[in-house]
Amino acid sequence: MDLTFSEEQDELRKVVRSFLGKYSGEPDVRRLADDPRGYDLVVWRRMAAELGLQGLAVPEEYGGSGFGYVELGIVFEEAGRALLGGPYFATVALAAEALLRCDDERARADLLPGIAAGSTVATLALTEDGGRWDERGIGLTATGGPDGWRLTGAKTYVPDGHLADLLLVAARTPSGISLLAVDAGAPGMVRTPLATLDQTRKQARVEFTDTPARLLGTEGTAWPVLERTLATASVLLAAEQAGGAAAALDAAVGYARIRVQYGRAIGSFQGIKHKCADMLVEIESARSAAYGGLWALEAGDETEIAVAAALAQTFCSEAFTKVAGDNIQVHGGIGFTWEHPAHLYFKRAKSSEVLLGTPSYHRELLATRLGI
Amino acid sequence: MELDFGPAVRDFRQELRDWLADHLVGEFAEHRGVGGPTDGAAWEVRLAWDRELSAGNWLGVGWPREYGGRGLGLVEEIVFEYEYARANAPYRATVNALDLLGPMLLKAGTETQRKRFLPPILGVEELWGQGFSEPGAGSDLASVRTRAALDGDQWVVDGQKVWTSFGLHADWLYVLTRTDPDSRRHKGLTMLLVPARQPGVEIRPIRNLAGQDEFAEVFLSGARTGADMVVGEVGEGWRTAMATLGIERGTTLLPQQLGFEREAEALIELARRRGALDDPMLRGRIVDAWISVRIMRTTNLRTIGELTAGRTPGAQATTAKLYASTRHQRLGHLAMELAGPAGQIVGEDYGLDTRQRSFLLSLAETIYGGSSEIQRNIIGEQLLGLPKEPRP
Repeated sequence: MDLTFSEEQDELRKVVRSFLGKYSGEPDVRRLADDPRGYDLVVWRRMAAELGLQGLAVPEEYGGSGFGYVELGIVFEEAGRALLGGPYFATVALAAEALLRCDDERARADLLPGIAAGSTVATLALTEDGGRWDERGIGLTATGGPDGWRLTGAKTYVPDGHLADLLLVAARTPSGISLLAVDAGAPGMVRTPLATLDQTRKQARVEFTDTPARLLGTEGTAWPVLERTLATASVLLAAEQAGGAAAALDAAVGYARIRVQYGRAIGSFQGIKHKCADMLVEIESARSAAYGGLWALEAGDETEIAVAAALAQTFCSEAFTKVAGDNIQVHGGIGFTWEHPAHLYFKRAKSSEVLLGTPSYHRELLATRLGI
Repeated sequence: MELDFGPAVRDFRQELRDWLADHLVGEFAEHRGVGGPTDGAAWEVRLAWDRELSAGNWLGVGWPREYGGRGLGLVEEIVFEYEYARANAPYRATVNALDLLGPMLLKAGTETQRKRFLPPILGVEELWGQGFSEPGAGSDLASVRTRAALDGDQWVVDGQKVWTSFGLHADWLYVLTRTDPDSRRHKGLTMLLVPARQPGVEIRPIRNLAGQDEFAEVFLSGARTGADMVVGEVGEGWRTAMATLGIERGTTLLPQQLGFEREAEALIELARRRGALDDPMLRGRIVDAWISVRIMRTTNLRTIGELTAGRTPGAQATTAKLYASTRHQRLGHLAMELAGPAGQIVGEDYGLDTRQRSFLLSLAETIYGGSSEIQRNIIGEQLLGLPKEPRP
């Protein structure tokens, strides 16, 4: 068991950081926040063609590079640091993972290569108006007939749901929860972008009226698949949150070193210095929470994955929000302005807190999984 | 999570487990989990236990064979600490010499010093006390005022030390002294080894808030030691002290935090018995306590992984102490709250149970080894590169 990063993994981090530094700088983040699509197609394609980021953890047989979750976690940590907008999380952490987990070899062979190549933007549509991430929150129905499956109902808070080429939809059928795939042009599907507090992460409401869909795997068996997908996504989101928090601290420290008040840099005052130190303690602890999840995913112990994922999501959600808020405080009035990037991180932190379920929800999940 | 470093280490681990199973019996077994960095409980039993460990050649697993050690590596040392903590064996009475002085001598001592002092440490024949802090120099060791001057081939030492860990039982002290009277701050300090049992040394116990006298104050008035008892260079005592304190990371935190995990498990069990798990507020705090100890463990494994890979540990090695000490105190408060009024009742002669002792002693964790405020300065200045406070 190795709980450190190898030189190759350090190198991957450097490459990704340098790439995102070029293509996801503050001006890019702001431009894409105002753009309803939320991402640059050219950059998306380069992510796939030059770095293979969409297919990093997709097995080689489906056109990916077959790396593990630790590598993927590094990419998400860097994506969080750069506030990368667009459908990377939806496509890679949610949709690709759900496909990999579902019991449907044909679907994997059909759909994963497009994701790995960067030609398919995909997402997972799970939440409904109740805003729940558990099995009971799924009310949308799928009906099987002689000419295939049809969906009727609505999904909301679907990450990048307005632009995905492929939507994986969790639905209720007579035998339980099932997962179905819907293509962008499917009839009877209406997609409405949602106006969101965090403009860097787009969401949509998607309504289905007798919309044709493809059943993935066996009817009624999808909940464990979805649960496992959510566990993986929780860990990857935690890595993203740790990265975002680290960027917020970098900004705070950079400012505290140059901003002079009462004749000296504010970072020399313990009130500021100690706040920054506490931010680093939170970040290193958040990294441990996230890395612990990544190592659990890598080791493949299902009990440990379930526990580590809920832990990571509980801790990293709160840590990112705390640190991003402290960054605004260190910056003072300037940190409270629209022009300063501090609020972009704070809002991302807040949206990440509820993206896969609130910290309270994950705390309760953890309690249940620990038998507390 | 198990630490696994391959077959050779697995044999070592099994040998250790078997030995512990055979020897951690009787009175020793009754004193499982007793003691701690600021806890002098059951001293005689723990000393006897250390002699048992010594007879089994388990002290100084990583020290060279020529000084009585096993000559194994860092990995075995870590496995030893881990298994030792897992068995919940008594806190070692000689931990001070084993974790601080020994590594310091191995790093900066002369060959004569190593040959003279290391074997009796491993044989539990000589006990050591640490003399760094002073009434005017706690966290700020650069303010050390205890003076030492050469008189022929002997150093003469005058001053006062305080919070001397294991001082009451010490045969020898390792003492940070000022040897250049005109020097300021961390220049002109020298690390000296001083015999404790001589007329110039008076040691008085200090009773801590848990009612124990584990540490002491030491009065040095014309105490003498040989000119060859300098560790490192004369005037470079600061560097020697810092190198020693740096060794405390990772390997020593891991076993302590395994103890915290045990406390968290006990806390959950207590909450279950008292029906407190149905209270959503308490339930959330209990889960947070569990999260804390798990994060401590992962943080430590990151550091240990880096150490064993021969890398310089990352920032987490420094932030770990602040996180662990703060969270452990929170865990202690929660445990006391769950215990309710019954948790306030102590035994005869202020006899404390495990929970009470751990709760009270946890207050010292944000003070010793560099207080939380000092830790924040170190993190702010050394890790984040923030400017130092101007000194008047």
